[in-house]
Amino acid sequence: MPRWKNWWVRGILTLAMIAFFFIIIYLGPMVLMMIVMCVQIKCFHEIITIGYNVYHSYDLPWFRTLSWYFLLCVNYFFYGETVTDYFFTLVQREEPLRILSKYHRFISFTLYLTGFCMFVLSLVKKHYRLQFYMFGWTHVTLLIVVTQSHLVIHNLFEGMIWFIVPISCVICNDIMAYMFGFFFGRTPLIKLSPKKTWEGFIGGFFATVVFGLLLSYVMSGYRCFVCPVEYNNDTNSFTVDCEPSDLFRLQEYNIPGVIHSVIGWKTVRMYPFQIHSIALSTFASLIGPFGGFFASGFKRAFKIKDFANTIPGHGGIMDRFDCQYLMATFVNVYIASFIRGPNPSKLIQQFLTLRPDQQLHIFNTLKSHLMDKGILTPAAEDE
Amino acid sequence: MLELRYRGGDPGPGPGLSPPREGNAAGGDHETESTSDKETDIDDRYGDLDSRADSDVPEIPLSSDQTPEILQKALSGLSSRWKNWWIRGILTLTMISLFFLIIYMGSFMLMLLVLGIQVKCFHEIITIGYRVYHSYDLPWFRTLSWYFLLCVNYFFYGETVADYFATFVQREEQLQFLIRYHRFISFALYLAGFCMFVLSLVKKHYRLQFYMFAWTHVTLLITVTQSHLVIQNLFEGMIWFLVPISSVICNDITAYLFGFFFGRTPLIKLSPKKTWEGFIGGFFSTVVFGFMAAYMLSKYQYFVCPIEYRSDVNSFVTECEPADLFQLHSYSLPSFLKAVLRRETVSLYPFQIHSIALSTFASLIGPFGGFFASGFKRAFKIKDFANTIPGHGGIMDRFDCQYLMATFVHVYITSFIRGPNPSKVLQQLLVLQPDQQLSIYRTLKMHLIEKGILQPTLKV
Repeated sequence: MPRWKNWWVRGILTLAMIAFFFIIIYLGPMVLMMIVMCVQIKCFHEIITIGYNVYHSYDLPWFRTLSWYFLLCVNYFFYGETVTDYFFTLVQREEPLRILSKYHRFISFTLYLTGFCMFVLSLVKKHYRLQFYMFGWTHVTLLIVVTQSHLVIHNLFEGMIWFIVPISCVICNDIMAYMFGFFFGRTPLIKLSPKKTWEGFIGGFFATVVFGLLLSYVMSGYRCFVCPVEYNNDTNSFTVDCEPSDLFRLQEYNIPGVIHSVIGWKTVRMYPFQIHSIALSTFASLIGPFGGFFASGFKRAFKIKDFANTIPGHGGIMDRFDCQYLMATFVNVYIASFIRGPNPSKLIQQFLTLRPDQQLHIFNTLKSHLMDKGILTPAAEDE
Repeated sequence: MLELRYRGGDPGPGPGLSPPREGNAAGGDHETESTSDKETDIDDRYGDLDSRADSDVPEIPLSSDQTPEILQKALSGLSSRWKNWWIRGILTLTMISLFFLIIYMGSFMLMLLVLGIQVKCFHEIITIGYRVYHSYDLPWFRTLSWYFLLCVNYFFYGETVADYFATFVQREEQLQFLIRYHRFISFALYLAGFCMFVLSLVKKHYRLQFYMFAWTHVTLLITVTQSHLVIQNLFEGMIWFLVPISSVICNDITAYLFGFFFGRTPLIKLSPKKTWEGFIGGFFSTVVFGFMAAYMLSKYQYFVCPIEYRSDVNSFVTECEPADLFQLHSYSLPSFLKAVLRRETVSLYPFQIHSIALSTFASLIGPFGGFFASGFKRAFKIKDFANTIPGHGGIMDRFDCQYLMATFVHVYITSFIRGPNPSKVLQQLLVLQPDQQLSIYRTLKMHLIEKGILQPTLKV
């Protein structure tokens, strides 16, 4: 029966994708980065193809070349910024890399400008409006797809757990909301997606929070997930080895009286990261779906059923990743605001490039600040 | 007008260009949506609107001429061609005088001016979008556009303020909180707007709403980011703001004059009035102008010093020891110039060499911003962005070449002139954990003593 056949196809492909996900995690950060890169390119291609179909503009002069060229420029810019941060020692060693990194912004801007000038020179009399539409379409797509894939890579460098837990929460919410909706769904949620229900939404929320807690508990135990990804100069590869930070060490928490009477334990041992995972799961369940509604609205606006037909039963790559994009930005902002402060070694590098008088000024300000706070005592200074 | 036809919902004869679109599920299993014929027709018609050739698209009528009464009376005697020329000339002089006046009033006024221009440019481009898509009455959309403008401005100003006002910010407790969680707050504000957009999607207007959403974001990308780069340049020193802008204005005027007197060969089909003679003449005049303007401005601390906020005086000050860039150096002339000028060396500010780069960009690449805007105006069949300035068009018409320039100057400064911003480094240092601060302090101390910048025995 076609209904069960569709269900089986979707189910098998879901399991295949999840298995693939595990394999890639096993293979390590380098492979993960390449997968993120490929997903980004495929999503870009899917959205641009939709634009071509909408505007019947497949034959516009130069435009296909220009779209890929802009993708290359923006990627070059972002990867250059990332590489300079994380591969600092490698870059300083090699002379060509050093020059590329010192004048990185200028080079990226020049590359982009070349594309811009090519666009202006390619404007053809009868097709001005179409060309401007495709130009705008390309830029909005770049804004959505490329920036967020780079935020994903930033999160990954922070520690693989910051990559795996958010993505898994979104996937879990997808699946759980579908199950709860299938079994208990009555009240429609939003006109944009008639299949979504409030029961699925709320059930998915609670299930995802619990899943997030359990997953963080399991993963926080392993160094390979918890440590920031670093590039080791001697071995010329990525290593994940460190002393786990405070966030990933078991601590005792007192259970509030309400739950105490229910469970009968006074304290519980948890990783602080699990508290953060509640925030991540909450976002994944409550706000993440808005990314899905946005994509549904987009598909309705342009009268398409799926972004593409890459995955049988599921649609295109973009269909699977539409909820993920908001999540990646949220995790990045969350880490920057609540978890890590500025990177001390990066600060020292920046300090060393300043002028001597600027260095002296900063040193003195820091010294007076430390003395004010009592961290530094004049007696210790005399050593 | 087409607009009336669509609003009435009358499925009149369409333009007749709807070839089958790939990627559409032609009657396949959509998610259940009640698609009435009317709705399909409207969306299909918008699709046809997009894919038609430009000639079929109707012109967008602008409001009538807004030349002030005074000027009209004074020039009533002249023929219309000269009248137009006079109006342009008078307005040009007015704008230049206004520019000088604001420079005199100081950096804070300049920042307000930049902000005002940004808001006006945004408004002009968004209004064009409304007219193009007849979407003035879309639910929520006007509110959302302004809301997004506010969010993005808040984000950028927060990043700038945190850098330059570090001392001021350290004092106030609430500001500390806002700065520390700045990114999170900005993101939350933006998300609220995004969710409001998703919730405001109305069945019959999906495509329009997505178009306006994208239009708003591209406009924000162009106008807001670049206006903030202008302000960053301004903080580096007013000369980095004045010389580029003046070079672009000078190139505009001199290219026009050269084209007027000597113009023969057309430059580009997009702008038929531009000529190669104007382009090249404008280039050389702008380089000379930039060179001289740089020479004159480099003498004054007011223009050359980075803008700093002094907490004691609670205002902006521009006082410093001028950097190497703004001190006279002797350069030995190459031999062929020696023969011509009969001098061995010449005293120049190093900044003047940089000004050659800036003027070159303003003359050669800046006009591409103008061509882009011309193409945009032709694509949407408008004569000017708005009618704000009589004889000149809208604010955006005056600033279209400036935008590429602002980004170029910013990239130029960060790549070739200055290193990282000291106050930013300091601010990040103060946010670290105490033990990290202590270890950094010791590393810095060792480094400074090694380099001899700090004497071990000196107790500062």
